[in-house]
Amino acid sequence: MFVGQTLPERLEERGVTRRAFMSFCGVMAATLALPASYRTAIAEALMNVRRPVLIWREFQDCAGNSESILRSPHPDVAQLVLETLAWNYHELIMAGAGEQAEAMSTQAVRDLKGEYIAVIEGAIPTGEGFCTIGGRSALDLVREVAGNAKATLAVGACAWDGGLVALGPTGGQGVQDVVPGASVVNLGGCPHNPANTVAVLVHYLTFGEMPALDQYNRPLFAYGDLIHDQCERRAYFDAGLFVEEWGDEGHRNGYCLYKMGCKGPSATFNCPNVRWNDGTSWPVEAGHNCIACASHEFWTNASPFYEALPNVEGFGADVSAQTVGLAVLGGVAALTAAHAVGKGVQGAAARRSLAAANRAPAAAPADTADPKQKETTGDENQD
Amino acid sequence: MTRIKIDPVTRIEGHLRIEAEVSGGKVTEAWAAGTMFRGIETILEGRDAREAWIWAQRICGVCTTVHAIASVRAVEDAVGATPPPNAELIRQLIAGSQLVHDHVIHFYHLHALDWVDIVDALKASPASTASLAQSISDWPLSSTSYFATVQTRIKTLADSGQLSLFASGYWGHPAYRLTPEQNLLMVAHYLEALEWQRDVIRIHAVFGGKNPHPQTFLVGGMASPVDPNSPQAINPESIDFLQQLIATMDTFIAQVYLPDALLLASAYAEWTRIGGATRNFLTYGGYGKGPVSDTATYLFPRGIVRDRDLSRVDAMDQDKITEQVARSWYTYTAGDSVALRPPDGETNPAYTGPSTPYEWLETDQKYSWLKAPRYGGEVMEVGPLARLVVAYASGVSEVKSGVDRTLLKLGLEMPALYSVIGRIVARALESQIVVDRLAGWLDALQQNMYSGDLRIADTTKWDRSSWPKSALGFGPHEVPRGSLGHWVEISDGAIKHYQAVMPTTWNASPRDAQGQPGPYEQALVGTPVADTTRPLELLRTVHSFDPCLACAVHVLDAERAGERRRVTVAPRR
Repeated sequence: MFVGQTLPERLEERGVTRRAFMSFCGVMAATLALPASYRTAIAEALMNVRRPVLIWREFQDCAGNSESILRSPHPDVAQLVLETLAWNYHELIMAGAGEQAEAMSTQAVRDLKGEYIAVIEGAIPTGEGFCTIGGRSALDLVREVAGNAKATLAVGACAWDGGLVALGPTGGQGVQDVVPGASVVNLGGCPHNPANTVAVLVHYLTFGEMPALDQYNRPLFAYGDLIHDQCERRAYFDAGLFVEEWGDEGHRNGYCLYKMGCKGPSATFNCPNVRWNDGTSWPVEAGHNCIACASHEFWTNASPFYEALPNVEGFGADVSAQTVGLAVLGGVAALTAAHAVGKGVQGAAARRSLAAANRAPAAAPADTADPKQKETTGDENQD
Repeated sequence: MTRIKIDPVTRIEGHLRIEAEVSGGKVTEAWAAGTMFRGIETILEGRDAREAWIWAQRICGVCTTVHAIASVRAVEDAVGATPPPNAELIRQLIAGSQLVHDHVIHFYHLHALDWVDIVDALKASPASTASLAQSISDWPLSSTSYFATVQTRIKTLADSGQLSLFASGYWGHPAYRLTPEQNLLMVAHYLEALEWQRDVIRIHAVFGGKNPHPQTFLVGGMASPVDPNSPQAINPESIDFLQQLIATMDTFIAQVYLPDALLLASAYAEWTRIGGATRNFLTYGGYGKGPVSDTATYLFPRGIVRDRDLSRVDAMDQDKITEQVARSWYTYTAGDSVALRPPDGETNPAYTGPSTPYEWLETDQKYSWLKAPRYGGEVMEVGPLARLVVAYASGVSEVKSGVDRTLLKLGLEMPALYSVIGRIVARALESQIVVDRLAGWLDALQQNMYSGDLRIADTTKWDRSSWPKSALGFGPHEVPRGSLGHWVEISDGAIKHYQAVMPTTWNASPRDAQGQPGPYEQALVGTPVADTTRPLELLRTVHSFDPCLACAVHVLDAERAGERRRVTVAPRR
């Protein structure tokens, strides 16, 4: 599984100093929500590992998650590809094509069974002909690649729960639904945030296992906290200062976007802290409401995106965010139920959501979860 | 006669398969097949048309933003919303930077390895590479020690026995013609471009919070507030940051991308005679000075050039655009031989291909998930080459002088552009022309801001009760791969019908009811094949179009109310 020189050896040869390397390890510790002292542990582990093989497969995707990893700042994608991992298969950017390309994937499955890391992007259809690569079905390929991997990262909404593909006529599903035995870490988001995905890989290289996961098999460090709690506009929410119209004085001054339909009170993600594109910004900072893209079945649960969440008014700073989140969710579900009337596909999505909620172990103290709401919505804020 | 296939065609967006007959070392017939379908037909029906762009943007993550822009334009056209000047400028900045960014990624990361032998770069002399680099550009990263470092980085990779993404390449193939020094130069720029693309796309993060899939479009405007006195809006500080990013973008295009594109064009001159497709070119045009309806100010004019005749440009009439499914895995209610206009379009998937796993498609029957768009029944090429041809024929001075200067430098005549190399050169020239406009658009935004015009959205049309009871809209956009159109029908504020016709659907289309092959299929005929087990040359021809299959396969068509459409799956066993 691991080949070649150690990471610092490879980095040193291209002039990356130990200081820069340690700084990268510090960024990783912070992203993983580990104490700063873990920087040394991460550095020591990375210093000794050899490059693990990674197989990135795309199915019913838009390649947005592939593009997102190309924007990874720490480490940059060249370093990921050249020094950190043996990135042996990735349709979007690999050199070979056709049979030569497919051989890279089948070789890993054959020679490195249970040792390589699989990354899956896009949903997987179960019907014949909807997605074939090299004349093989996506279902056949994902079972082979994810089924024989040491671990599988499902990146983006589609690979996690089928995303918007699940709502269409092919009924594309998430990896964990079509490869039940696979060890899957879900990195939801539309797209996934590369900072979190890289942090998961670093955690794996450092500790030999995946980080702590929630009931949806998502890393807690990234998906454990409400966006509303971390939002820089939260003080305006508590003070009752809202954007009323696009471009008004409140909008220009960074007031709360709740009335414009912001779903931050109903979604958990570290978006406001990790941010995007090397920490440049995130959607709410840029001026648009959150669409809860990292939450479970968000296309079903968070649309209509421009309708304000009901039942949030009246909550102030003295009410815990957890309670706000719980109260809000009933409203989202009600909106969704109204919209879903007569829609068979969405009914199926809701049933899957229920199934997911049922098989999820209780990750949170029972007294904060309302079992009635868990049954109806299956969203993540019951934890 | 040998039958060959490439599946998957990699270094593209999505899933594309090519089958070809090869005889006498050349392709005699070819078929292009999209092998993935998502079909998100029913989910837009009944939804708030203001959020259509959020869904439509997910058609593609490589062409991120382009479907969002086409979508908001379609809805604005339908309901009569008029984005204020600041919103138009922010859209131009997002669209222009996306186009340039995408072209650079295509050139280095999706196309270059068809021409550049990365393993051969190990034989290069770093000193000679430095001389070469300094002879073609003022780009500062050109020292002997710099190229030695890059070479060591590749050597370390090769010595590890794990070439990572490069492991499966056709290294040593006889069709590779660059010198070791040219190869090393291009490998260095491949790596630099990875860093550059990550850096400059922060333009999108400033306006839209993130890339891919920036989140800032609105029906009627943009959600990026502008205010010189607010730290929470586009302000002098963010303008300054954007200026720096645009400068970084501009320098790389002028000093790295353009010289490298010309280097490839010179080294592979025979590819100016390979890969010409249909003789017809279509563009919707765009990048004007005002609203999208103001076609007179377009930088790239709207129009059609037929039979490569540059003496005339025909008007583009959107009513002549149709899509056919005679050879595609769909059915039409009125029969599969009819052609439907997008406003009347249907998406009824019906897979009749071979059951998996399969060796060959049945290319004499239906064989692709792409429909076949036609203009008045004719096959059209869209994309950077089409834009250049239509602009040249229309007499756009900066396009004409850019093309003439470049042809002179390469010692070529106009017909050389109808080729694989022509598409590469067109893309690079277009990047230069568009990147030159970015600073001006940002200046205009800054001027408006300082003069007190802080409007970013037409809010009079935000409340859906202000909309007509029913309305039709068309949203055109010239995007990196060509002409994109979204058609929407709205009823009582909600989406009733939605169709999109994508650039790659035009270019990668299968045959139509008349048996006319699509542009890829035409371009592949005559492409040489030195080694049928390693068909590198086919990749060159196909990649010159910059395929985007997620876009090309219909994904987001809302059905008409009352017309239930079901998926039928009937594979032949």
